[in-house]
Amino acid sequence: MDNDTALIHPRWVRITHWINALAVITLATSGWRIYDASPFFPFAIPAQFTLGGWLGGAIQWHFAAMWVLAGNGLIYLASNLVSGRLRRKFFPWSPRAFIADIVAALKGKLSHTDPSHYNMVQRAAYLFVMVDSVLLVLSGLVLWKSVQFPLLRTLLGGYEAARREHFLAMAALVAFVGVHLLMVALVPRTLLAMIRGR
Amino acid sequence: MPKNVSRLLIANGERLLKDALKDMGRHLEQPTRRAFLQRSLSLGGLSLLSGCSIVDEESVEAALMKVSRFNDKAQAWLFDPNRLAPTYPDSMITRPFPFNAYYDEDEIREVDEQAYRLEVTGLVADKHPWTLAELRALPQADRITRHICVEGWSAIGKWGGVPFGSFLRRIGADLSAKYVGFKCVDDYYTSIDMPTALHPQTLLTLTYDGQPLPPRYGFPMKLRMPTKLGYKNPKYIQAIFVTNTYPGGYWEDQGYNWFGGS
Repeated sequence: MDNDTALIHPRWVRITHWINALAVITLATSGWRIYDASPFFPFAIPAQFTLGGWLGGAIQWHFAAMWVLAGNGLIYLASNLVSGRLRRKFFPWSPRAFIADIVAALKGKLSHTDPSHYNMVQRAAYLFVMVDSVLLVLSGLVLWKSVQFPLLRTLLGGYEAARREHFLAMAALVAFVGVHLLMVALVPRTLLAMIRGR
Repeated sequence: MPKNVSRLLIANGERLLKDALKDMGRHLEQPTRRAFLQRSLSLGGLSLLSGCSIVDEESVEAALMKVSRFNDKAQAWLFDPNRLAPTYPDSMITRPFPFNAYYDEDEIREVDEQAYRLEVTGLVADKHPWTLAELRALPQADRITRHICVEGWSAIGKWGGVPFGSFLRRIGADLSAKYVGFKCVDDYYTSIDMPTALHPQTLLTLTYDGQPLPPRYGFPMKLRMPTKLGYKNPKYIQAIFVTNTYPGGYWEDQGYNWFGGS
């Protein structure tokens, strides 16, 4: 490699990113079909956006993709911690700088000159999505195995509470993906960087 | 072939197909597995691949079934035979407790108590059929537990009856066998793993909320396991058999996970 500084995303970040994207799409669309079997909010997800065709099919997709999300997520988090990338890229984090960056972003003045450097809004969004994904996995564990994980079940407020938490954590993740895709559309070279690394 | 004859054949075929689908599971909104895979392949980026011969419906279906078998093993490994499901006070019972089956409420089977005998077959020493009076004479227990449906909803109910482990020991069942299977009056069938059959909260229930099990909840008996999803809890049980041959189940054969643990 002739120019190390030009590398924005190491290979393991790119690979785990795209595997995660596939897992999230599969889990969200199959999860919507599972939700539709017994909705607890006064709406259902239109069937054409769901995966699996019927409840049994949706569950098969969901309980296959969950291993991919969890395994890939663990590799991502462990690599992030061990390589020091988590500390380097997402910290320090300050609420004051976050607000300043939000204001700048709304005014259209947030700088993108250095794509290897995350501003406070990006740091907050990416840290949030990591925590949210962990919550999705934990609440999912309570739904899948509520009897086998009594401590987790109690912490999340019981089986029925975990259903709602799982749904709301999904909604937050989908909202993140929406904003994420919008930002990529506004700054397309970030997509290139996530494919070829620079 | 004359036109009216072929039309008659087509009409007949359609009716046969309709009846067959109805029998397969009227409870399903989209009973055909084909529809499930057509839709599944049209989404989630897989449509990019569906043009290639690399991904075809059968191989996707087979792969998903393989993962489901792997999930059976993962759940058997996670299952702790001594871990109890939470129990609840009387005040938390869901009233009315929902009716649920693969058919509608107006098709509930009525079983004649006098003529009824529970058949016990397979790897058991004592194969004599049981009357309800004999079963009621055995030591009973009741528990208020949460029923969790595969659809996601849950409801709390109070079931009472014979602890299933003690029943299996009483009939001299081979406790090292892999499966216990159930055949029901309403043509439902399912099967469970031996560790769950022996779990202390697994009950061969004869009562609901202190009363004899009403027809809508599975008279004359229902196997109640708070460690498994609703579809694993058979109602209207006609026969129990102990076996090492995988017996499957009504929903399991259509794609629901076999272990179905909670």
